[in-house]
Amino acid sequence: MAVSRRQFTNLLLGGGLLGWLGSALYPIVSFLRPPKIPEANVQSVKAGLASEFSANSSEILKFGRQPVILIRTESGDFRALAATCTHLDCIVQYRSDLKQIWCACHNGLYDLKGRNISGPPPRPLDQFAVNIVNDEILVSKIA
Amino acid sequence: MGRRRNMAKRTYSWLDERFHISPLIEFMRHKYVPVHRHTVWYYMGGVALFLFIVQVVTGILLVLYYQPDEESAFESVRFITTKVSFGWLIRSVHSWSANLMVFFVFVHMFSTFFTRAFRKPRELTWMSGFVLMALALGFGFTGYLLPWNELAFFATKVGTDITGALPFIGEPVKILLRGGPDVTGATLSRFYAIHIALLPAIFAAILFLHLLFVQRQGMHEPDYLQRLPKEKKKLIPFFPNFLLRDTLLWLMVLNIVLFLAVFFPWELGEKADPFAPAPEGIAPEWYFMFMFQTLKLIPGHVLFVEGEVLGILFFTLVGIAWMFVPLWDLKQRPERRPRPMTVIGVAGIVYIIIFTIWGYMA
Repeated sequence: MAVSRRQFTNLLLGGGLLGWLGSALYPIVSFLRPPKIPEANVQSVKAGLASEFSANSSEILKFGRQPVILIRTESGDFRALAATCTHLDCIVQYRSDLKQIWCACHNGLYDLKGRNISGPPPRPLDQFAVNIVNDEILVSKIA
Repeated sequence: MGRRRNMAKRTYSWLDERFHISPLIEFMRHKYVPVHRHTVWYYMGGVALFLFIVQVVTGILLVLYYQPDEESAFESVRFITTKVSFGWLIRSVHSWSANLMVFFVFVHMFSTFFTRAFRKPRELTWMSGFVLMALALGFGFTGYLLPWNELAFFATKVGTDITGALPFIGEPVKILLRGGPDVTGATLSRFYAIHIALLPAIFAAILFLHLLFVQRQGMHEPDYLQRLPKEKKKLIPFFPNFLLRDTLLWLMVLNIVLFLAVFFPWELGEKADPFAPAPEGIAPEWYFMFMFQTLKLIPGHVLFVEGEVLGILFFTLVGIAWMFVPLWDLKQRPERRPRPMTVIGVAGIVYIIIFTIWGYMA
């Protein structure tokens, strides 16, 4: 296939322009992507004394950068679940009147095992292990 | 007096000699605006434009004291409203005027739709207007976060997480917007940059085009008026008659904004705490309420698709269809009533109103 002089020049100029665009845009797009900040690999956190944690109440813990909700049920059991709603990222709360976990943003409900039981949440909340060592509450990731 | 007029004349001819402005003045002089029973809608775009100017002025003032930082953003806004002279007024005017601007943009858009002003030859005026509306919503969304209060924090979490639900591009876009996986100070910096640099630059360019189109093509006349012979139409000159009426209305709108800002000062709320549960009554700004309420109603899963993905896809498709209305405009036979486009527009408004009220009641 014969390529005329004009076609060849157009190809060269067009290709050059594309190459220039790519080399100009690449650093800009890369700049916009935030660098990954290394996260401390938190395996467990202490959450105070079990004897001071009243039944039918809850607390939000900082698990590294992640919020975790620690609940003491009416019967005295401890439950720890990821506090980030699986629907749209809001932070959930324990409703002592309903004995359930509630997300105020879109009215999502989870039971005390973190199962999504009503409203828009598509998945259950991740569970964390709770151990009491010498009255100290220890919340840790489930391996 | 005579000397001053002479001076003005000399300045004019100095400019005209160099930039040939006479044809522009001639053009303005021969531009007429038709007067009829729908004339009132011609003023809505102008009001939105005026409120945009108010936003630019008050926005520049706020930038002088505002600090876009997780630790100090909330405090700096409190400083503006409590310590800076007239800070409370400037901030309140900025918030009220922003909301009214969105309101008038909606009014302007629907009046254009119902008077069918989007039809040939004004397709690009409509589309550029749609982009301006999308940018105005972007201004609202990014500006809402800046005071770093509880409500705005969670609204931003939800709003940015919604983009994450989009297939394939969702997650990278979400990280790009947030400046990381979560809503943090990095998000605040980005929203600030978007709000005061990126959006104004794009908005100004498109607004220039939009206004150029309007000036070049003149006002749209309703069908029945187009069929009238020229001598039967009532026309007023754009300059100075229409422009003076515009100015009078702008003055009235400014008074309304000031009244609202003084008697209903915009609240600051509680400082955001990324480790506190979302408070009850969490809500986005009113113009996102109908979408928010719709998302609330869609169940977790519809068949095999996540509910939120479905909701977002729905709004994206409706938005695209709305932008390209001039291309799929359903032309009806004149005897067919109600007109299909009117039905679509009314259905849209009814949906928005019902879901907004429902959102506030729920």
